[in-house]
Formats: sequence, C-alpha cells, structure tokens
Amino acid sequence: MKKDIVILIAEDNAGHFQLIKKNLWLTCVDHDILQFKNGQEILNFLFKTGTEINLEENKKYVLLLDIRMPQVDGLEVLKRIKEDQKLRKIPVIMLTTTSDAGMIKQCYELGCSYYIVKPVDYHYFMEAVQNLGEFLSLESMRLPSVSENSF
Amino acid sequence: MKKEDVILIAEDDKRHFELIRKNLLRAGIRNKMLCLADGQEILNFLFDMDKGGKGEYYNQEYILLLDLSIPKIDGIEVLEKIKQDTKLKKIPVIILTAADAPDIIERCHNLGCSTYIVKPTKHEDFEETIQKIGNFLSVVEITSIR
Repeated sequence: MKKDIVILIAEDNAGHFQLIKKNLWLTCVDHDILQFKNGQEILNFLFKTGTEINLEENKKYVLLLDIRMPQVDGLEVLKRIKEDQKLRKIPVIMLTTTSDAGMIKQCYELGCSYYIVKPVDYHYFMEAVQNLGEFLSLESMRLPSVSENSF
Repeated sequence: MKKEDVILIAEDDKRHFELIRKNLLRAGIRNKMLCLADGQEILNFLFDMDKGGKGEYYNQEYILLLDLSIPKIDGIEVLEKIKQDTKLKKIPVIILTAADAPDIIERCHNLGCSTYIVKPTKHEDFEETIQKIGNFLSVVEITSIR
C-alpha cells in the first residue's frame, strides 16, 4: 500500500495495543497508526464529531477493530461503518480474543473484511500481527479514499 | 483457516492459477484449492452450495480469489451477485487482477470486496505477493456460508 494509508486501531487493552503497534511498525513503517481506546472514540473520529482529530476524506484507511470495548462495542462500530455510504469502503479487520463461531459469522454478515482471533501465545500473537502487517504493506494493494465516489 | 476450509481461485489463465497455487503452498497453505475458469462456473458452484448442493464441498467455508477479467460473466458481476446474497456475502473476496483503474477499485470496495490487489507484472513480485497473502490467510478465521 502507498504512504497515504492510515491504520486505525480500536483497542482498549493498552498492552495489546503496544504489541500490535510494535509488530505492525516492523512491517508497515510507512503507514501512520492511530489508536482509539473505545468504540465511541473511533465513531467520533469516523463521523467527524471528535474534539481532537477527525477523519480526512481524501485519505485511505484500514481499521483493526476489537470487539469487547467499553461504551460502544466493536459489533456496533462495524454496523455503523457498513451502513454508511462513504465509510463502508473502509476495510474492517476484526482483531479480537473472541473465538466464538457465532460472533465470527455475525461479523462477516455485517461486512467485516477478515476476522482474526488474537493468539493467546505471545510469540504467535507477534507472528500473526507481522503477517497482517506484511499483507497491509503490499505495494500492489489498492484502496479508495473515503471521498471517492464514481456513482 | 481451518484445515477443511477451501480456497476458490477464479482464474482463466492456467499459468496464473499454477503460480498462485504453488506460492500459497510455499506459504504453508495446505487447504484444498479449486480452480474455477469462468464467472458462470463460480456462480454455479456457489449457488449450488447455497441451495444445499450435495458432494464433498457442501457446507464448507470458502475464501475466493477473484480475477476481474474472466470469460462469460466478469468478476465485478460475480462479486456483486455474491455480496447481494444473504448467505454467500460472508465469503471474503480478494480481487486479484490486472486492472488498476481508480473507478474499478472504488466500485469493488463499494460492493464489499475484502481486498483489492493488482497482479504484479514482475514474476518475483507476483510470487512474493501471493506468499504474503498466504501467510495472512493462515491467521484468518472464516465462516460457513450456511
């Protein structure tokens, strides 16, 4: 992916965030990474109701989304994104400890791009995030910006 | 991915299919890979499964690698039909194609593709890209179409 892509991480667990960020950074050094600590924070950013930093429509985003978060959970965030005509183009990758088959099914029904269960083992977790990072860094990957609309 | 998950590769160019298969194998992917040569074949296969088609692939979990320029029914229409179907829409679709036009990229994301990848023209880059896709897929969970 090109340098104009921003990786959004919605993750309330500070330890997990650091681990994800560190291992993404090893593979996606070109991308900006932004952290959101709960569902409400990421919604504020996406729907531009935040007080500090808001989405810019000329940019391209990928969202890594945890499910169990305070205030608004990941399922609700996913639903709101995929119901929105502009935001629905943002690929959402679920990255969560929940391995329940019903939850996986529900997320795909709502339109997530992929579902990754955080491995419990530290080294597997690092490896999984690095695989994800190398995938997101592919030069040949293409994303539309939020504002692009050919219809 | 679970070991019984199936990777569907919609690709009319046999050499590209072999290249994709070989490099997914190199990435450690041991899942069943099926080559579907045109758009009609993909839709027949999927809608047959959707209706409860019998046979060894019934009730499995699928991921689809989709070329856009395939005979009979093109890839965009295939993507559209899959994402309009309440059961089949759960299949993650990776577009892997030569087309690199912004309007097509935007349209595919609007329709709900998971990822859009332009086939690298250099052989080594193509191989590396497929291996990275394979490494990534090995950590992804997918779901049954039922």
